[in-house]
Amino acid sequence: MVELKPDQYRGIWVYLEHRNGAIFKGSIQLIGEGGRIAKELGTELSGVLLGHGIRDLAQEAIEYGVETVILGEHDVLKEYSPNAYCLALAKLVKRRKPEVVLFSASKNGRALAGRLHAEIETGLAADCTAFEVTDEGLLAMIRPAFGGRSLAHILCKEHRPQMASARPNVFAIPARDPSRRGRVSRARLRLSPSDIDTEIVAFEEFPDVQEVKLEDSAIVVAGGYGMRGPENFRILRDLARELGGAVAASRKAADSGWVPKEIQVGQTGKTVRPRLYFAVGISGAVQHLAGMQESDVIVAVNKDPRAPIFEIADYGIVGDLFQIVPKMIEELRAMKHDGGEAPSPATIRT
Amino acid sequence: MGLKIIVCIKQVPKAQELRIDPKTNTLKRAGVESVINPPDRNALEMALRLVERHGGKTVVVSMGPPFFDASLHEAIGMGIDEGFLLTDRALGGSDTVPTAYALSKTVEKVGDYDLILCGEETTDSSTGHVGPGMAGHLRIPQITYVSKVGLKDGWVEATRTLEYGLETRRGRTPALLTVNFGCNTPREPTLLGKIRAKRGGVIKIWNAADVGADYSKIGLRNSPTVVSKMETVVLPERKGIILDNGQRDAVSKLLGMLADEGVLRVG
Repeated sequence: MVELKPDQYRGIWVYLEHRNGAIFKGSIQLIGEGGRIAKELGTELSGVLLGHGIRDLAQEAIEYGVETVILGEHDVLKEYSPNAYCLALAKLVKRRKPEVVLFSASKNGRALAGRLHAEIETGLAADCTAFEVTDEGLLAMIRPAFGGRSLAHILCKEHRPQMASARPNVFAIPARDPSRRGRVSRARLRLSPSDIDTEIVAFEEFPDVQEVKLEDSAIVVAGGYGMRGPENFRILRDLARELGGAVAASRKAADSGWVPKEIQVGQTGKTVRPRLYFAVGISGAVQHLAGMQESDVIVAVNKDPRAPIFEIADYGIVGDLFQIVPKMIEELRAMKHDGGEAPSPATIRT
Repeated sequence: MGLKIIVCIKQVPKAQELRIDPKTNTLKRAGVESVINPPDRNALEMALRLVERHGGKTVVVSMGPPFFDASLHEAIGMGIDEGFLLTDRALGGSDTVPTAYALSKTVEKVGDYDLILCGEETTDSSTGHVGPGMAGHLRIPQITYVSKVGLKDGWVEATRTLEYGLETRRGRTPALLTVNFGCNTPREPTLLGKIRAKRGGVIKIWNAADVGADYSKIGLRNSPTVVSKMETVVLPERKGIILDNGQRDAVSKLLGMLADEGVLRVG
């Protein structure tokens, strides 16, 4: 139950996730969007930094546009653990009463917000792609539903704070201005080592897989479960090279361990909007479509003529991808040798 | 002493069957079969494998209308020992806050568990909030997005997939884990299992009062969020020119059309 009336809660908070001495891109993007919301509501934007020995990050946050940094430093917060971070945030929220708390919808961000919203009993919208302030001064938290064919506007009317996680790479990174000044408000937190629920015992970083970044590429060649195995992604890499594009994958291919998760496109992966999207051996579940349906031109290659991917394709070939893709590579090479211009990597529109 | 693992599952519309009505641009829902939320099947499989290795008992828990018992039957058919369905009209319209609360009351009532496993998120509402919310209510460790798990002497060690790498975490049991979709191949229900599921007493039905849930904390009225509006996304018209590879020069034709579109900068 809420102790205060909703209008007694003030200010927009952005939870700032960080690692190896840098704030996550997704959190920085939220500084921009949080600032826009704060301005519209006539209130202040604060950034919450939890950790230990992270004073330098406060300056970074301010340069990106945070007005007040709430700095919660504690031994117990040295390494991220869901329970200790949740308790720290719950204490801060109860003490300072923000009207909105935004998280980046990273894996840790979503799971932390999920634990917190139950702890403090307030509404939480997941993976939002837009925010609007309503006439009543509420935050409409907007997220794709039904595989991106609808947008649900979610309101949290009575409970505070209104909380949401926002999909990374939807909002632009705000300009960084080293001359910006802001406040750093240290938060005193009483936590005990027993609040740490889990600790990291091993970590294996994903290697950087490709030079052309998926989100920035004008041409994307994506493979699905129809690729049958990791070794077959070689032909997609060859095709991508001929086209000057980047390789991506469906969730099923990524989850099968054929390719790294960070090149997964779809509802739980990346959202791309290239000039040209090749879907190879991808049936086109709504979850995949959610991540690529705004591409300018969609090409599908699939052996099943009834695959849903053909319903949103501009062009397609029904047939064996293991015949079609090598043929494409061969013909693209031939086109080059025929005196045509090399397919230079087209640049993405802004 | 064996383990006791509780798996929380939800019944969802079958994603592969979801098609968009091109006229209305909305989801065609009529006649869509419902299934166990796919990541939850990976959670069931993980539980079964753990118990095969360490011994013990598996329990499946779900919350929803009475017809959700179809999912429980299937889980029992896969080899889960016992099932509980929390069903109560008062739970209708619950968002993730009452859902996490009511499910945490249910697993408390089941009691004495070492692990709770949930799918990482559901395919119909895809929040991933209920598992962590339950862990918060139960004040137990949570490890999310897990693909591998080990148990030893009251500790759980689990490998999770993050955006930038694979992280292995350790915590005390009892703990709640959310399981990555596709991290294992869930077994199919067996005939024997299906027969067992039909026997009385394997699946129990509970209402909110049975699990001690406070009625002032559940249902639509006690859900902090409301959906105020659904906007239809209007997608660009697609040309839909589909060639057959059997047809001569399909690849050349396709590349020619792409060049004409100006998306291939080839001479």
